Amino acid sequence: MNQLINYTLHLADTTLIIAQRNSEWCAHGPILEQDIAITNISLDLLGQSRNFYQYAAKLINAAHAPFPLEREGGEASEDSLAYLRTEREFKNLLITELPNGDWAQTILRQFFFSVYQYGLYEQLHKSGDEQLAAIAEKSLKEITYHVKWSSEWVIRLGDGTEESHTRMEKAIKALWQYTGEFFIPANFEKEVFSIDYEVLKKNWQTKIETVFTEATLSIPENVFMHTGGKTGNHTEYLGYILAEMQHLQRTYPNAEW
Amino acid sequence: MQNGKSMSEKEKILSILEEVCDPEVPVLSILDLGIVREVKITGDETEVVITPTYSGCPAMDAISIDIRLKLLEHGYKKIKITSILSPAWTTDWMTETGKRKLKAYGIAPPQYSNKGEENIECPQCHSINTKLLSQFGSTACKALYQCLDCKEPFDYFKCH
Repeated sequence: MNQLINYTLHLADTTLIIAQRNSEWCAHGPILEQDIAITNISLDLLGQSRNFYQYAAKLINAAHAPFPLEREGGEASEDSLAYLRTEREFKNLLITELPNGDWAQTILRQFFFSVYQYGLYEQLHKSGDEQLAAIAEKSLKEITYHVKWSSEWVIRLGDGTEESHTRMEKAIKALWQYTGEFFIPANFEKEVFSIDYEVLKKNWQTKIETVFTEATLSIPENVFMHTGGKTGNHTEYLGYILAEMQHLQRTYPNAEW
Repeated sequence: MQNGKSMSEKEKILSILEEVCDPEVPVLSILDLGIVREVKITGDETEVVITPTYSGCPAMDAISIDIRLKLLEHGYKKIKITSILSPAWTTDWMTETGKRKLKAYGIAPPQYSNKGEENIECPQCHSINTKLLSQFGSTACKALYQCLDCKEPFDYFKCH
């Protein structure tokens, strides 16, 4: 049970943090339509994350798990899980917490992530856990748009001007080293479902290659891959995100509006 | 007898739910939109089961409150609102009346063709000479199109 809770929190944290990062573009997008697009994607991801947190809270309360919220004395809820856990308790993928960088880097991260998320949720849909399957089924419809939108942008920028191409290359250099974590399961992942990571990785690589070829971009080779996010060992960036996201609830506990 | 009574009670509740509108697209009732999945009556408790259009749809919280208020207004006391995710909502559940209302309101309703979501009919001048401006429009459920004849931009309710 505890591993299922960990797994659900990992899915919740990952979608929450990338939603939070994308939302930083609100009112700063390069043009209005794309500002709306990235914030819409952010909203989809936040909605998915709420579904996972609600499920995690239900599991925690049902199991009377001495899970992270003992300190509050009350029951776990989607809000307490998002607002009152510390950096070490967050299990999101490292790539989601990295700063947005420029538009090229934001687009590339969304593309890498959406293609991975699509493949993973396809498998989750058949995982046998009824609620995770339902959330995956719902989310897949939304992710389909995210994959389409981000693929088109990778092609537009990669096969665009000299400057946009250079920026994409820079983004690849910055982000590629964080893509390995997608396919290296943490213990809780191995124990809960039999996700086929080989298939996941193969399908991901095929899609990336197809889009990169059209975008005249190339895949780097022999890159060291960072891991740790899934087990709470984060980059320095996560703490700053949480500080901004959580400060209101921590300063004025249970504040509502 | 008991069954007949609860059926008509359900119909009564459904007619009340017809008065609850989507706050983002106020011409559509939640029944037009196809998000009411079930009405259950157990003893003195009325349960309304709804499903979100999109995971992050901010209208869902407002809709839950509106359902509760509308039922309270009609004298129902014990009200439960449940949200379920599977099977996932699809625009196929939108009623034909709903689609007509959307169009009259200026939003192109979801439409399928063998070319996918192309040649979407302009809700203003009915031309199909239109183009996609952005896959993401003013809300998560809509895309932004422009009519190349009358030049008006318009919202299109995406197939989902």
